[in-house]
Formats: sequence, structure tokens, C-alpha cells
Amino acid sequence: MAIAFKQETFRDDFSYRNSPENIRRFPFPFDRDEYMYAVNMEPHLKGQKGTAFESLIDVDEHYVAEMHDRALVLKEDPLRYQALPHMMTAQWDTLELLMEEQAAGFPEHFTLIRNGDQWRWINRPLGIDDTFTFGDRSTLPYEPLEYITRQAQGDFCIVDQRDGNLWMDAGMVTTQADWSLDFDIGMNFMEWHGPVPLAHQMGVFDRALKFLLNLQQGKPTRRFNWTMTINPRLDTSPENYHKWGPDRASVTPENVGEKVHLRVEVQSLWRLPRSNAILFVIRCYLMNMNELVTVPKWARRFPRVLSTLPPELIDYKGLTRYRQTTIDWLSRFDDGAPTSPGTFPD
Amino acid sequence: MLVEGIKSRPVYTGLSIQPRARRHIFALEGEGAHALLDRKPALDDTALSRSEILYVARGSQGKGNDEALRALGTDMFFAAPTIATLLFRLRGTLTTAHMGTRLYIAGTEGFIGQAMMVALDHGMDHASIVTEHRGSLARRVQCVHCKGVTEDVTHSPFSCGHCGLPLLVRDHYSRRLGAFQGVNIDAEEPGSAPDPEELFL
Repeated sequence: MAIAFKQETFRDDFSYRNSPENIRRFPFPFDRDEYMYAVNMEPHLKGQKGTAFESLIDVDEHYVAEMHDRALVLKEDPLRYQALPHMMTAQWDTLELLMEEQAAGFPEHFTLIRNGDQWRWINRPLGIDDTFTFGDRSTLPYEPLEYITRQAQGDFCIVDQRDGNLWMDAGMVTTQADWSLDFDIGMNFMEWHGPVPLAHQMGVFDRALKFLLNLQQGKPTRRFNWTMTINPRLDTSPENYHKWGPDRASVTPENVGEKVHLRVEVQSLWRLPRSNAILFVIRCYLMNMNELVTVPKWARRFPRVLSTLPPELIDYKGLTRYRQTTIDWLSRFDDGAPTSPGTFPD
Repeated sequence: MLVEGIKSRPVYTGLSIQPRARRHIFALEGEGAHALLDRKPALDDTALSRSEILYVARGSQGKGNDEALRALGTDMFFAAPTIATLLFRLRGTLTTAHMGTRLYIAGTEGFIGQAMMVALDHGMDHASIVTEHRGSLARRVQCVHCKGVTEDVTHSPFSCGHCGLPLLVRDHYSRRLGAFQGVNIDAEEPGSAPDPEELFL
């Protein structure tokens, strides 16, 4: 079934909204009424129709608007895309993976025709029909990673594997939860996670690194991450923090439903075949509180999760100014009834 | 906001002389001279004949470190008037360096970071470079907003030398930029920045 792509904005008038169908497919990340860090890796397998996991690279009704927002970010700040010189093979790996997955999952919107190294890529939602030589950078208008990630939802980092570590050596990062690719590029796994509280001491990163170093081709893995964002703003970058920071002080009991968003990242990790690098997809989903409470199970669970957060996480996720206001507002929808296990709506 | 033991911060393990190196390059700043002078017993004639010192006095001007270094009798001694001129000379040295060259850097963190960036540009592995922190704890900080770098930051918050925003100095360090990260401290409530504290003297 063809997706009806929305015209909407992630800045200025913030016209982004989820349709009722899209709310039902939202990847709600909490499988119980509390939250703490864990190495919550699971195989990245296809899920049921009507969920965000029906394809391994998800495309939804926000695709066209999100790609437009990415182009605006890149126009203002081209350093949101960077790749170190030794990553070119991994760039081609990524282009192949994203084209194949998008074409397989959404054939009415994307078509890839391969004839030896002569490839034709048709992207109907964005009106693109390009023929190029796979492996020849000069036949594309951008480097391969930039080219394909201007046409794929989510942020993308490619990490190189060497010396028993993973190195953040390329990326397209415009929908990030307050971290800077420009600052972190070239860092290893422990270094770029340096500012995260608690998890280092818990051994989470040691275990996660060990797991990822052994990631196999054809067996992608995924985990959830989450935070909250005021207004449906994709580009919550540190670069622009002085522009969006004031939003956090704008939440009142009257505007919680509209302004406060649950921001979920479905992070999938893929071993790449030629380069042996790992593609790290960080796909961001936004849903405001009015939308969230249309699912009774989530309306009960989310205020309970917010009430149990350790203070370090409240601070690190930047929730301090509006967490209590949000809990108070949400509590009207929590009748205290038990919630069913798992993340999906009842 | 300062996180103890942050993983992105480099560890400076001290200037141990690597006896098998075919060439030793010492890039030293200010009090960093003593990192080498204290290792004098490890410098035999062979090591000295393979050694080259690039030194900038900065805060140690007039303390005689340059004379003491010169007196070691290394193959080459170069005193630079500024960090920039020392780094220019270091680039020249590394451009013609051979396999078996070992680089040692000692001084303030900002100096180590900048010399390290020159070495990384020449394809040296950061783990192979020997470093020692001496002298002031002042930091080199990049503003994440305008990307301007401010040298010798001793207070947090401080005013970005380029865009003027009051910046919190985070304990997150980029080797590629040779700098800590500075983030606007009063973004959520402009005008609410606390008084600067002297944290990195």
C-alpha cells in the first residue's frame, strides 16, 4: 500500500503531527513501567505489518518532510556530514544496503535496477531517477554516503573496526539528541560515549563493545534509546542548542499535550560486507503527549516510567525543567490499572 | 557537570624514553622541559645523538629551561618563540621523518593537543606518541556553536573568544580538534549564567 507522505515542518511553525495509523505503529520503547540502562540488544528482524519493524529500514509518512529538513540543516551547516578518507568502501557498502532495503520494503516508492556495476536508482517520493557506476564516486552528485542518506530517514554513522575497538569515522547526523558528529568524529567507542552517566560504571559499554565487535554480516541487531524533546524538532544539535534550549523553559500545564514529545531512537547495527565496518542507523521517531495518550497502555505506563528515573538520567536527558509538569499532566490518564507486558498497544 | 574520569580525555602516561627508537623528537613547552630533564639518566650518548628538541618557553621564560635543555647535548636543539612557530617546525621535521621515529610531547594540555594534531596529520598513531602533562591546567576549548577555539581557558563558564556566548567547559575531549567542548551554559534561560569559577589554573 502506498504511503501518503505529509507536507509538514520540524521548525518554525512545527506543523509535524502523526496520523492515527502512524501512532499505532510508533516504536514505544518501554516494555515495563520503569527504565534503566541495559545492553538491550535484540536481533533486528522483521516484525508485523503495521509496526515500525515491517521493514528493516523503515520509511513512514514523514519521509519527504524529513528529507527536506535534512537538506535545510546541511545548507546551514555542511559539517553535519563528514567522512574520513579511508571510509570510501564503507560508504559504497552503505549505499548498497540502504537502496536494497528501501526497494525491498517499499517497492511502490523505490526501485533499484542493477546491471553489473551500472545501477539505476528510482526514488519516486523525491522525484529522483539516477543512473551511476557503482564504485565510481564521480558518477554521483555527492559522495555515496551523503547521496543515499539525503534519501533515508534517520541519522547514519559508519564505525570502522580496528585495534579491538570501533571508531566513529563517517556520518550523516542531522536528527540527533544533542551530540556533535563534528566533535566526535574519529573517536573510539568509549570516547564518544564518554559523557554518558552511570553506564560506564555498570559495564554496559564494555559488554556492548564486545558484542558489536563480533557482529556478523546478515545478522543485524537493534536497540532502543529515548529522550524527550520540546516541539517536534529533529535538529536538536549541540551546535544549535542556544537556539532550541529556550524551548525547554516554555512548557506549561496548558501546552504539555502539544509541546512535549517522546523521542525514540531505533538503533540498528549492520556489519558491512566489503569494508567490515558497521553501519549504525539511528532512526528518530517523535510523538507528542496528546498523541501518546490515545493508546491507553502507553498513557498509563509513560508517567510511571518518568517517575522512576534516576536523577543522573533526568539531568543527562535534559528533562529537569518539565518532567514534573509532564507527569502531572499524564497522570490524569493513569487510572492505576496494571499494564500488559511488552511494548505494543493492547 | 564535570564528569570524573571521562573516557574521551587522554591519559598522559609520562615521558619514558624508548631505547630502540632510531630518532627521538621532543616537542616541549614551558614546564614540559622538566619532563625531559628529569629523565636525564635514561639519555645515554646513543640516545642523545639521535635526539632533537623543539622547545617553546612561554610561561617559563627566563627560568633557564632552554639553557638546561641545550646543555643536554642532543643532536639538535631548536628554541621557538611561540607555539605556532614550534608547530611549523614540527611539521617540517615529521615530513621528512623515517620509520623508527618516536615523538614525545610535554607541556600544557593545550600544547600537547596541538602537537598531537600535527602528528596525526602525518599519519602517526596517537597511541604511539609519548606524552606528559606539565604546567598549568588551562584548557584549549572549542565552542560547539561557532567552532572557534579559545586558548588558555582557566575559568568555567567563560566567554567564547569568537561569538561571545557564555560557555560551560565540558569534560569531553576531541583528539582530532585538540580541544575540550564548550557549550552555552544559559541557553535554556538566557542571562542566567553563574559566575565564572577558576577551575583549571
